[in-house]
Amino acid sequence: MLILSAVLFFIGVFGFFTRRNLVSLLICTELMLNAVDINFAVFNAYCYPNMLEGYVFSLFGIGIAAAETAVAIAIIINVYRNVHSIHIKRLTNLKH
Amino acid sequence: MNYIQFFEMRPEASLIGIYLVIFLYDLFTTGHNRHYFHPFVCLSTLLLTFLTLSDRSSMTLFGGMYESNAMIVFMKAILAFGSMLVILQSHKWLRDKNTFYKQGEFYILLLSTLVGMYFMLSARHFLLLFVGVELASLPLACLVAFDKYRHNSAEAGIKYILTSMFSSAIMLYGISFLYGTTGTLYFEDMGALITGSPIQIFALVMFFAGLGFKISLVPFHMWTADSYQGAPTAVTAYMSVVSKGAAVFTLFIVLIKVFGSMVSEWQTIIYIVTIASITLANLMALKQRYLKRFMAFSSISQAGYIMLAVIGGKSMGMTAMVFYIMVYMVANMAVFAIIETIEWKIKGAVRRETCNGLYKTNPRLTLMMTLALFSLAGIPPFAGFFSKFFVFMSAFDAGFWLLVFIALVNTVISLYYYLLIVKAMYMEPNDNPVPTIKSSRYIRVELAICVAGIILMGICSFIYTGIDSISFGM
Repeated sequence: MLILSAVLFFIGVFGFFTRRNLVSLLICTELMLNAVDINFAVFNAYCYPNMLEGYVFSLFGIGIAAAETAVAIAIIINVYRNVHSIHIKRLTNLKH
Repeated sequence: MNYIQFFEMRPEASLIGIYLVIFLYDLFTTGHNRHYFHPFVCLSTLLLTFLTLSDRSSMTLFGGMYESNAMIVFMKAILAFGSMLVILQSHKWLRDKNTFYKQGEFYILLLSTLVGMYFMLSARHFLLLFVGVELASLPLACLVAFDKYRHNSAEAGIKYILTSMFSSAIMLYGISFLYGTTGTLYFEDMGALITGSPIQIFALVMFFAGLGFKISLVPFHMWTADSYQGAPTAVTAYMSVVSKGAAVFTLFIVLIKVFGSMVSEWQTIIYIVTIASITLANLMALKQRYLKRFMAFSSISQAGYIMLAVIGGKSMGMTAMVFYIMVYMVANMAVFAIIETIEWKIKGAVRRETCNGLYKTNPRLTLMMTLALFSLAGIPPFAGFFSKFFVFMSAFDAGFWLLVFIALVNTVISLYYYLLIVKAMYMEPNDNPVPTIKSSRYIRVELAICVAGIILMGICSFIYTGIDSISFGM
């Protein structure tokens, strides 16, 4: 299970650096956050089965990830309105 | 459950109270009364600063999840005061027709990030720390993207929120391994159980990288320049001072409380990161044309100097760090306030050439900008010299001579680029300099506070000794 979450996490990291679309970047960060939630649940279930801290942490993690997604999607919509594209190559205004 | 505990955390309770009052004011006032909104918020954040300072007793609440003592309360008061300066600065921007109708949202988002930072400082449990960090960074992303119709603002916002999500995922991955090896999330228990096994070192690196993004240290600094440049100037000031200060303080606390038994490991990390931040940021700042982008790189190198105070980990380091944050706050706020006033006059981004010949038309503004830049560079009579001196002394005390030497060399480089702006303002000829600016009352008050801070903190030694008497460390 830990290997599953590690694979998931690094798929997210890899995707974050290679993808060129804002929505897929968002999906990659979601993958990473979900990998962390799995990690907490696994540690709790196998190592410390008579406590609840890990599960509670994953619940909070899920809630906050949802809030983050909401804000990120709102900003992506705003970007689309201003730029008419969500491709990263179009977001280079600030360098010049 | 003992509900009276909620009122014992006085800074947070008063902050949330003020937050609700502002929310109701926004909801129920119309017409003429809207014009009193801005001064009302300024006064209530000032009141918040005093309310925060009013209860300095040491206590722990919620079974050790929340801790408060004199030093933490003092740091919270600094953050609240910094937010007040930001609100003062944002006056003209909030009068603009695209932002006037949503100024209530600005205050509310700003105060919610402040709640997050309060919890970050007081957290003694990783869950509370995580919620605090997220609460401090999510509304900040909304603030960065606040100018809805400006391309740059949206671009900066998306860059900020994606890097912030990425960094918090990395930080959480580190925390999950800490939880896996120790079985607890309380700082106290975890600190006692940590042995320095390879997996814990991995967790330390992940955690440090996550917070490093928030402090914008060098390997993790890519978002800084773009976000700082695209964000509204008041928000840039807020990001560069208040949010950075809170993150540094939190990092210090976690390093000594949780990773206390892994000192040599994190000292190595900080050693490398500090050298990289100071040097690279200084070199990149040399070739920047836009003033806000330049200030972004300057703030990265200043973060490197603050890390010099963290590396020792003693109470002396904490004193130096808090003093440095105070001094850095007043100097940086002054620079950003002046940038904002010039921006409104010329209706566009401020480049270095824009400042040419500023002395001819705006002598007083130029003088204040010079004072602030001198303080940032660390020239003796001003506070910046002493803050840098204390930071160097605390790192020297911990035995990092080479690090202090490299930082000293970098101070000279930074002096060069700060003086380039001063030179542009006083000496460069310009046929049509920026016309004379009549700044608003709020900006004047802010600049007066900042300049008084720059000069007084350099002269009055009792401020430093006062902080020293309440600081703690390993």
